[in-house]
Amino acid sequence: MRTRKSGIGRKMLKALATVASVTAVLASGASKVLAQQSMDDPARAAYYQQFKGKRVVFVPVFMGLDLTEGWSRAMKLQSERLGYQYEVRNSNFNTAAGAQTLTSLISEKPDVIVVQNPDVTSYAKLLQKAEAAGIHVIQLNMKTNTLTYGFVGANVVQLGELQAEAVVKKCGPSTSGKVLILDGPPTSPFSAYMQYGYDNVLKKAPGITVVSRQSTGDYESAKAKSITQVVLQQHPDLCGVLGVWDNTDVGTAAAIKEAGKTGKVFVTTSGGGGAVSCKGLEDGSWDFYVSYDVPGQARDLTDLVSAALQDKEKVGTNKIVLYTPLISYTKDNVKEQSCWVLDNIH
Amino acid sequence: MKRSIVFDQQMIVFLLFAVIFIAFSLFLPGFFSIGNVVTLLRTVSVLGILGLGMAVVVIGRGIDLSMIALLTVPTALVLSLAGAGYGLGLSLLAGLGVAAAVAVLNGILVAYAEIPSLFATLAVGIGLAGVGQSGLFEYDIVPWPKSLDTIAWLGRGDYWGIPYSVFAFAAAAVVVGTFMLKTRPGLFIYAIGDNPSAARIAGISVRPMMIFQYVISAVISVFAGLVLAASANNMDTRIFNLTWIYDVILVVVLGGVGLSGGRGGALNVIVGTLLIGTIINGMTIMNISYEVQNLIKGVVLLIAISLDSVINPRNEETAQQGDI
Repeated sequence: MRTRKSGIGRKMLKALATVASVTAVLASGASKVLAQQSMDDPARAAYYQQFKGKRVVFVPVFMGLDLTEGWSRAMKLQSERLGYQYEVRNSNFNTAAGAQTLTSLISEKPDVIVVQNPDVTSYAKLLQKAEAAGIHVIQLNMKTNTLTYGFVGANVVQLGELQAEAVVKKCGPSTSGKVLILDGPPTSPFSAYMQYGYDNVLKKAPGITVVSRQSTGDYESAKAKSITQVVLQQHPDLCGVLGVWDNTDVGTAAAIKEAGKTGKVFVTTSGGGGAVSCKGLEDGSWDFYVSYDVPGQARDLTDLVSAALQDKEKVGTNKIVLYTPLISYTKDNVKEQSCWVLDNIH
Repeated sequence: MKRSIVFDQQMIVFLLFAVIFIAFSLFLPGFFSIGNVVTLLRTVSVLGILGLGMAVVVIGRGIDLSMIALLTVPTALVLSLAGAGYGLGLSLLAGLGVAAAVAVLNGILVAYAEIPSLFATLAVGIGLAGVGQSGLFEYDIVPWPKSLDTIAWLGRGDYWGIPYSVFAFAAAAVVVGTFMLKTRPGLFIYAIGDNPSAARIAGISVRPMMIFQYVISAVISVFAGLVLAASANNMDTRIFNLTWIYDVILVVVLGGVGLSGGRGGALNVIVGTLLIGTIINGMTIMNISYEVQNLIKGVVLLIAISLDSVINPRNEETAQQGDI
């Protein structure tokens, strides 16, 4: 066995040596010719030149979440690659503070504003004003009711439909068909559009009864927990939960676990597909998870930022919508999912 | 002195609670069951614990707006240290140490620099939350680590059907109640709240006592934080930005702990908490929307305060110096 292996090894070495020597001879003869034929990519210099001195500002609803930190890291790394100036103006879950930031940005005139909207209307007028002032506005994952230069993020209606379909499938005629719906803040895009998606599916499913539809405030897990506790008390035969976001539904899952109903209540939720998503599926916190794939969104976002910085047209001419392909995670396929951590974002 | 039923605010709120509780029991199917009443108590236990801490400071004629920051940041610190493998004791000690240090800062600003507690604790709270948010933790939502599971019972599970978090509230109420009414420092806090100048003349070290009352509220905050984190399985430090602190003030004021100091006690906080808990629970069962829930909470507070000032009008005799 050993002799045969080393025999093959020797043969391979010989062949490699031959190839190497031939290449060396050819290269030494041809190097002068080749040197004359090498040329720079003509697009390169101009490409990097155009980003110099440009400025991109990110106005998130809140930093310190896996979502916002992931997106921001991608833009930060891109800014270092391309040489534009990147900064974050955190509005700390305060819509008024965010509006003020946008107002001052309109006079500061950065080249691109990337904004995550806390609700569907608050920033809409300001974003239009910013575009009128010649700033490219890219809305990120949370969208107002108006379109600007770009939108990158989940198709939240579809997200709702996917979650609702999973619940409808699980809560068939042999079950109580009772469903609890948890929302975010009432006017948030992730409440308004998601509810629409739920309703699209649920109204065609006669067996399903929505026993409670409650807001978790600003996505508070403690509130999700207490609502779930009250509803489980009233409806011990609850069949499914349409959750709002992974971090919030950690509380939902805690309530179900304490009631000893893990595995008996079908919990669906969604989020950026970070580490918490897989952990939750593995420990049974939730049974169905729709990921809007933050690493994918980060690539879409940085590409759109780069396109905006290269855009020579008048702002408002083009409106580009990039809906993130959604990925459904279940217990069966969780092993194949990436479940990113911050270091995976590039 | 003749003993008769006094219609003070505590009594009014208790009657209000009784009326609402009976009405819900009669007209709201599913409300009156042992299971639901236990759930009701569990929902408000953390709020109640915080209310007890706030009551101590308010009785001493102060207010502690940094309580939510003190609940989130030190607790998140305990969670992340334990998660990083520092062990239960050391993590707890670090969390409590940070909380106590911040409380002493609160106390010094109020007692020695004589900055009104409203501003001092507001600023300190924002500062502490800022330190937490500017990179002390990897994410703003810190998961409960496995290594802390030995104390996870604080917020999970039950004994004979009664959740431990309700026991935690009860225990905190007994400790705070006993401290305030049966020990010398507790009575000193009443004296300081009632009239700081008189307390000083009587020989009480007013300023150190003021620092002490902020330390008490800070320690109670961390306790509430651990109960909350154990229960929700994570510590969401973003709650600092929400309106929790108003809910805490709500149960304290609603229960009849006067903002002008020197009045009220643990019982008032319990009554206030029960009323809020009943309303929230009933509204959740009725599936009332979030905005309307907030509206109703506000209206109830307004009714309680208005009733109090109708039945017990303020005049030169009852008003205190330094009334807010």
